[in-house]
Amino acid sequence: MRRFLLIFIPYAWLLALFLIPFAIVLKISLSDVALARPPYAPQLDLSQGWEGLRAFFAGLDFDNFTFLTTDDLYWKAYLSSVKIAVISTVLTLLVGYPIAYGMVQAPDRWRPTLMMLVILPFWTSFLIRVYAWKGILANEGLLNQALMWLGIISEPLTILNTNTAVYIGIVYTYLPFMILPIYAALEKLDGSLLEAAEDLGCSRLSAFWLVTIPLSRQGIVAGSFLVFIPALGEFVIPELLGGSRTLMIGKVLYEEFFSNRDWPVASAVAIILLAILVIPIILFQRNEQKQREAEG
Amino acid sequence: MRRFSWFNATSLTLGFAFLYLPMLILVIYSFNESQLVTVWAGFSTKWYGELMRNEAFLDAAWVTLRVAVISSTIATILGTLAAYVLIRAGRFAGRTLFSGMIYAPLVMPEVITGLSLLLLFIGIGLDRGIVTIILAHTTFAMCYVSVVVSSRLVSFDRSLEEAALDLGCTPFEAFRLVTLPIIAPAVISGWLLAFTLSLDDLVIASFTAGPSATTLPIKIFSAVRLGVSPEINALSTIMIGIVTVGVITFSLISKSQAVRREAEERAAERPA
Repeated sequence: MRRFLLIFIPYAWLLALFLIPFAIVLKISLSDVALARPPYAPQLDLSQGWEGLRAFFAGLDFDNFTFLTTDDLYWKAYLSSVKIAVISTVLTLLVGYPIAYGMVQAPDRWRPTLMMLVILPFWTSFLIRVYAWKGILANEGLLNQALMWLGIISEPLTILNTNTAVYIGIVYTYLPFMILPIYAALEKLDGSLLEAAEDLGCSRLSAFWLVTIPLSRQGIVAGSFLVFIPALGEFVIPELLGGSRTLMIGKVLYEEFFSNRDWPVASAVAIILLAILVIPIILFQRNEQKQREAEG
Repeated sequence: MRRFSWFNATSLTLGFAFLYLPMLILVIYSFNESQLVTVWAGFSTKWYGELMRNEAFLDAAWVTLRVAVISSTIATILGTLAAYVLIRAGRFAGRTLFSGMIYAPLVMPEVITGLSLLLLFIGIGLDRGIVTIILAHTTFAMCYVSVVVSSRLVSFDRSLEEAALDLGCTPFEAFRLVTLPIIAPAVISGWLLAFTLSLDDLVIASFTAGPSATTLPIKIFSAVRLGVSPEINALSTIMIGIVTVGVITFSLISKSQAVRREAEERAAERPA
């Protein structure tokens, strides 16, 4: 009995506040928009018994999903979200790998401090870290001032409200998620393997390519998914740093729901976003599993 | 074979400059006299004064703090329970679904979590306000807590619990006297994580908050959407300051505890 209660409490909580809400999204994505409160039809009316249930299921259809394929705003938004997420993941990897590598090479007594320096931004407000770039990237902002003072440019660059600003924002906010798994992988790397490679005539650079990179692969994969998955559904960064032409699906969903008040389409947008995310999530889980097996 | 080369030094310097310069600039410009945040016009603390007189921000900060304390506490209890069930309860009907529901919210885009909870609250006719934000935050934070706690539960020696049971403890006593003290550091980290996630959350809160309760991130977001403001810089500086002091204190405490534990273990190993 006690065991039942132990399992029941967290189970019931998650059912009520995770699974059922999700089922509601699924249901509304199959409903039609209606001028009512709440603004969609059909409504499930259990008081009418079986007839009501049948009428309810008869009212569901895939119209919203067909609509998403006909209006090119949506598939363009999905494509551009995937593009922005891929590019910023690659950029984060390029920035993050040398930092993780430097941390591993650093003297032991520096490690705790370096580690804390990577983790500290993670505890700082995400919103504030994105906001910080607004003042830097603006036309009259500090970056342009610095570049003009150095004589590199004569006209201010337009960076804020473009996709470039979104890339910078994503790289900046998700960098710790890339550094930590790569650091963990590199730290376990057996140094004698590199010595062996060099003894056998490898240059340092080719030893790095042939030994270090392949052996840190799992860290690279884990870090990339940790950046890619949240970046795909990102809302705050494109809203604050991107321009009106930056199309990302998180933004479309938010506007569809709050500005257009089209709940069924917003729900259908959410369902497709999730369907796109399933593939990277499964790949990520598999990578984690492999890592656990390698360790266990 | 470690070689700390000039290349490593440069990448660390540039990397940490990239991570910290934007925040440093934010802090410096919060002391700017001018309304324009990009032009330096002399040192002033007037924006902090403005902030302290801004009732709307103070109200929002109070709501945010209450939401964070309550939701992270409930999330820690539920998350620890969930982790215990996942690792110790063995097989039961629907275990796969249970572990799926623990891990799914971690990768679920915030916009979807927010949307689905909002639709639920509307569906059951619950008015949006502080209660709905607490429910929403508790739900996603408990999953983070249970991941943190279950990784500790997996790694500790189960025979300690069994010994307590053999010596006559009830399962609850064994949990309270043996398991809980061992997993306590993970439970505390879980609480801190849940607390920070709740303080920080904008997207889920903006779906689940109503006119009666606005959180600080929602207020900040609607202010900075329009542009940069020195008052927000002052607010950010305060928040960065609190986090920095908190993280450094916590890591110093846990470090000194680790040192003490090691000393105790060494003392215990020495033959009497």
